[in-house]
Amino acid sequence: MSLQFIQEPLDKATPHVVPAQAVTLNVNGEDHTIQIAPWTSLLDALREYMDLTGTKKGCDHGQCGACTVLVDGKRINSCLALATVYQGKKIQTIEGLGTEDNLSPLQQAFVDHDAFQCGYCTPGQICSAQGLINEGRCKTEDEVREHMSGNLCRCGAYTNILSAVMEVLHDGDVVVDNGVLITVPVASTKASSVE
Amino acid sequence: MSQTIATPPTVRLDSDVIGKPINRTDGPAKVSGAAKYAAEFGVTGPLWYGYIVSSPVAKGKITKIHADEVLAIPGVQQVFSHENVPSFAWFDRAYKDDVAPGGSPFRPLHEPEIMFNQQPVALVVAETFELARYAASVLRIEYDVEKHNTDLDSVIGEAFDAPKGKTGFVPPPKPKGDMNKAFAEAPHKVAGEYIHRAQHHNPMEMFATTVDWLGDGKKMKIYDKTQGAPNVQQYIAKIFGLSTNEARVISKFTGGGFGSGLRPQYQVFLAVMAALELEHSVRVVMTRTQMFSFGHRPHTLQKLRIASDDQGHIQALEHKALAETSQFENATETVVNWTGILYNSPNTNFDYQLSKIDVYTPLDMRAPGAATGNFASESAIDEMSYKAGKDPLDFRLLNYTYSDPTENKPFTSKRLDDCYHEGAARFGWDQRNPEPRSMRDEKGMLVGWGVAAGCWDASMQKAAAKAVLSADGHLTVNSATNDQGAGTYVIMTQMAAQTLGLPMKQVTFNLGDTNMPAAPVQGGSWTANSVGAAVKDACQEVGKKLLKLAQKMDDSPLAGADFEDVQFVDGHIRANEDITRSVAIEDILAASGEEKIEADGKAGPNPINQLKYSMHSHNAVFVEVKVDEDLGTIHVTRVVNAVAAGRIMNPKTARSQVLGGTVWGLSMAMMEETYLNNELGRYMNHNYAEYHIPVNADIHKIDVIFVEEEDDIASPIGVKGVGEIGMLGVAAAIANAVYHATGKRVRELPLTSDKLL
Repeated sequence: MSLQFIQEPLDKATPHVVPAQAVTLNVNGEDHTIQIAPWTSLLDALREYMDLTGTKKGCDHGQCGACTVLVDGKRINSCLALATVYQGKKIQTIEGLGTEDNLSPLQQAFVDHDAFQCGYCTPGQICSAQGLINEGRCKTEDEVREHMSGNLCRCGAYTNILSAVMEVLHDGDVVVDNGVLITVPVASTKASSVE
Repeated sequence: MSQTIATPPTVRLDSDVIGKPINRTDGPAKVSGAAKYAAEFGVTGPLWYGYIVSSPVAKGKITKIHADEVLAIPGVQQVFSHENVPSFAWFDRAYKDDVAPGGSPFRPLHEPEIMFNQQPVALVVAETFELARYAASVLRIEYDVEKHNTDLDSVIGEAFDAPKGKTGFVPPPKPKGDMNKAFAEAPHKVAGEYIHRAQHHNPMEMFATTVDWLGDGKKMKIYDKTQGAPNVQQYIAKIFGLSTNEARVISKFTGGGFGSGLRPQYQVFLAVMAALELEHSVRVVMTRTQMFSFGHRPHTLQKLRIASDDQGHIQALEHKALAETSQFENATETVVNWTGILYNSPNTNFDYQLSKIDVYTPLDMRAPGAATGNFASESAIDEMSYKAGKDPLDFRLLNYTYSDPTENKPFTSKRLDDCYHEGAARFGWDQRNPEPRSMRDEKGMLVGWGVAAGCWDASMQKAAAKAVLSADGHLTVNSATNDQGAGTYVIMTQMAAQTLGLPMKQVTFNLGDTNMPAAPVQGGSWTANSVGAAVKDACQEVGKKLLKLAQKMDDSPLAGADFEDVQFVDGHIRANEDITRSVAIEDILAASGEEKIEADGKAGPNPINQLKYSMHSHNAVFVEVKVDEDLGTIHVTRVVNAVAAGRIMNPKTARSQVLGGTVWGLSMAMMEETYLNNELGRYMNHNYAEYHIPVNADIHKIDVIFVEEEDDIASPIGVKGVGEIGMLGVAAAIANAVYHATGKRVRELPLTSDKLL
């Protein structure tokens, strides 16, 4: 009584795969010439062909924002971008914003506010925040929350991300009202006993 | 063993770092893109890419894989499937990992049988990622399809008692008194059924493995996404018959886990198998859709009955749960026990059962079991408080327990009462109008205030560490533990710095490499406690050696002092009684002529304490929601999460854990649900667009309160862990606040707008 099911491709397997072609991309001020298939995403070009792995792959479908990079200063999802289209553009990745020893103000603010935990969405969050600052439209907490909502953070560091972005956006002049930390010191020193 | 620091408070000590809000030591690497995750390591020689093909059917048998069509594509190296993968290990136990539940573990590409939808059925290996993906997309596979059953409701009648055996699982407590009689006779009572369906962990980093084939026999560096490199190593070594030298597993950064990385996932098997067969470096990365193809928080049905007397004292308490598991393993969680730990009742009944459906085995997901049980029990307790005519907070305080009723043991420490008081004060609970639907904001939105409590284990596992102090005064400490975002890197650096009295910048803590001393998987909130104690032990052993060397120095001011008589502060060993009797550690190293001083450290649970005491962390959560009744939308505008979890190693990273836990609780309450289509036997919303988790705009003000406890019984370093506790209470507090706002009691998660309209 069993049924047959065939996992049928949309297309027949073809041995005539389009060969890799030379593509030159300007990333962080440097030209990189790589040999890639024409359907290679900008994200895969960065990660697999240029060893620029700071840009992350979280979904490959434009749903999570982990792959956010700046193209001519504007934030895009690099997983939805074909690399070859971006020849002649100025591409900036997290590696181009600052280095471990010389962090950008935004990167430093993320560290100071503990605006990440696992760190995997972080390069995308920072590039997105840099794009937000470049856009110059957002000023208030609600605006920043809304315009940072294309970047998922599964660790849930959102309140600290808001604090970090607001600090850099307003040069440290704004205090964000998004929660405090209170520590209540030890009162009694012994384990409670059985009643 | 106390370490008194006798310096005046105006002098800031570089080495007095425990309990300080110190930035993550791995922070600069993470924010600059320098931190390398599993799919990002370079290899020696060229790298090939494996792409996983998943089954579109839930049950049946593969009859034909048309690999030849795909192998004809230039650049495709191999198509692996059950047809050509050799049988590696004969026995099930080879596939058992450290935290496997009972049953028979899934063996990837082992047989033609399909046991769950999206089961991996083939791995296509090609010279580029693009080619592997293309080739996988055109691979034709034929199946004989059998009738599946993924409907938990249809197999309730086949439920069986959950077997023992899995790490951390505690069977339900034994019943007390006469539940049915007490419930029947009590003046106030509630009964309700609670449901949540499957939820998937979805860490941001997808599961990935890069195998660096070193070209020296079978030696490999296996870069894997996991919460425990040693667990992956023993799994791989057993299956493939490799030595630990051949199968070195490395996991420096883990892009979130939340439980999904507790067990080795199938991509690591596939990547290692392909590397061994092809004798070549291989990378395998799952797709986001494939992130829904393995473990998950199980669909669970719960029933609660509670009754109280006229004064509001609980007289009857019953909590039953039924969860799904796979056909091949019995995944167990501790679901109902927590209710009995939080509240005392003379008459109780607890029950926890499983039923099998055709899905992959469920897997621990942040606060496993407790998050499930806590939503139901804290909702029911809230409902009970209204029935008894009590304020929900007063009702909880009235039924507060000072010992663990399920085991009749005292708690090592429990400041939940202070969590209630401090949280309520911060929240402004005394301004609450007890009447449902009585509060509105300036825009006319209904306002609701809710409270709930939570409870988690303070547990410890065996762990080891090694400390090496080099002649230049730099301390390096290694342990094969993990940092999935918890802050392990920084708190272990703090622990080492404080123990040997060195500034943070003179200390490096390394983790995530099986060449290091073994540590448990990162889970259960036990890392800070277990690994922290091992790090302290290793550093103290180095300290003892340093003291001996100091005493060999000419006219040593520390002559005759025992280790207990000295302190390690700011680069010096000093006598406790007279801190002017002091020797600089760098002088000791120089005088000794030693290149390095090293020592091993270890830690583990104390079985006597475990017999005598109940060890738990607690929290109290206060929530404000605003509800638009016309649209059924809920906004969580304010949360106060008060946590009692022993000593807090680093308030900055511990707060982040609680913030994250709060977001997880909100997510569970309002958004997360994996839709299982029973016709297809398939999770349908298997992507980030349709599986909803909160975005920045969903999260508003969250206050975190740490009510510190001194507890040298639960932990030699006083730490209980904060990874899970922050999530507890949140979902119930939100549901309770929604009830207070609207008068509607929603017992089925998530709290989507359709349930309020």
